[in-house]
Amino acid sequence: MKNVYMDHASATPVKRPVIEAMLPYFDKYFGNPATVYDMGSKIKEIIEEQRAKVANLIGAKSNQIIFTSSGAEANNLAIKGVVFAKQKKGNHIIISAIEHHSVLNTARFFERMDYEVSLLPVDKHGLVDPDRLANAIRPETIMVSIMHANNEIGTIEPVSELSAVCRERGVIFHTDAVATVGNIPVNVNELGVDLLSLSGVSVDAPKGIGALYFRNKLRLMPLIHGGIQESGRRGGTENIPAIVGLGKASELALQGLADKMAHVQGLRDLLVEGIHERIDQIKQTGHPHKRLPGHASFCIAAIEGEALIFMLNAEGISVNTGSACASKALKTSPVLVAIGVPPDLAQGSIVFTLNSSNKVDEVEYVLEKLSFAVEKLRSLSPIWREQKAA
Amino acid sequence: MKFIENQKADDTLDLVCRMCPLHLLEPGEKLACLSKGQVLEVLTDYDGALEDIPAWCDKCGQEFMGLKEDEDCYKLYIRKTH
Repeated sequence: MKNVYMDHASATPVKRPVIEAMLPYFDKYFGNPATVYDMGSKIKEIIEEQRAKVANLIGAKSNQIIFTSSGAEANNLAIKGVVFAKQKKGNHIIISAIEHHSVLNTARFFERMDYEVSLLPVDKHGLVDPDRLANAIRPETIMVSIMHANNEIGTIEPVSELSAVCRERGVIFHTDAVATVGNIPVNVNELGVDLLSLSGVSVDAPKGIGALYFRNKLRLMPLIHGGIQESGRRGGTENIPAIVGLGKASELALQGLADKMAHVQGLRDLLVEGIHERIDQIKQTGHPHKRLPGHASFCIAAIEGEALIFMLNAEGISVNTGSACASKALKTSPVLVAIGVPPDLAQGSIVFTLNSSNKVDEVEYVLEKLSFAVEKLRSLSPIWREQKAA
Repeated sequence: MKFIENQKADDTLDLVCRMCPLHLLEPGEKLACLSKGQVLEVLTDYDGALEDIPAWCDKCGQEFMGLKEDEDCYKLYIRKTH
């Protein structure tokens, strides 16, 4: 049995050169960068070198990067940091209806504190309409947070148009770019964003590290008050090995991005074509073209996604339903609801996220096992029998 | 404490939302980029800075010119003397 991993949106293997770069910082260079003796000050220099590498990946300046523990923390820092710093300006926050839970639940946190939150609807492909955003902005709107791409349906949002709407109206714009950094070119100046979150996971760095880009002169209330780390914007002694890992991975991601995009897009197209050839009554979710190159997502009629995942798992294949709601809480994915997928069809959600390590023979193996699993599950399904009879 | 109005500055350091000891670290870095005689404006919402920054100026030989209380922060002015 093969082992095929196609869930790179959830986790990615850390590249060997990244691990090698990290190792000395566990024992040989273990000093605290806040100290003034050589052992500490040299580590401080190392951190600044990594900050420059991460900044370079997204076209930012070094002093615009704050290291965090994850993309989720970066999203929290962006929203809570701005809203608490700007609370005198107003009490209104706008997000899209398909945001990650770290944005959605942060907005809900403010709703409990009597802030108003507007959830912008999306079209059937998951796109946010800039005109709709313009209409939703009020004088008391503090900020807008709309993701760069959705991890569940792969759609890439028109972030530069959305940020322009906010800029014209003097509203701060944040984008969660966890799904895009390392997968497509990302440049904060071209996107015109005030804040951007990224995660180590999407650039093949270790888990437990992320970063927030913030435009100069933007005030941010820290989430973690502490000492002088991150220029007083995030307390706590830095996770040096992880920061080195993110720096090295960012460097490698930038060098290999064009090749990676071409590789995963070729495999993705092969996968999509093969699935359409082999399986009927299937809906591809997300935008047909404005989507992540290594991302394929479907809803399969008369299939329960969780059962399909387990059947594929038994064949050594790791893929995802795309949503913690669907896979753990047995609830319909809010993203699929937002794009208008009927609840029964939404149950059959399956998401493939590819990386440089995937190969053609793995795609062929997945196609073979997927069509077999779908056939098997449908043969047991009364819903499928009813549909066939109708 | 000396209060001043309409003081022009050559550069501004915004420390609003940031706390001790950033107000004692970043002014020195910023002043290093200014020329002798130029004025640095420090924005802060940290009350402790009102005592600390004049004392820091004394210790470092820089001139603390005074402060202005603004809507959402204090503005402290330092003239670079060396």
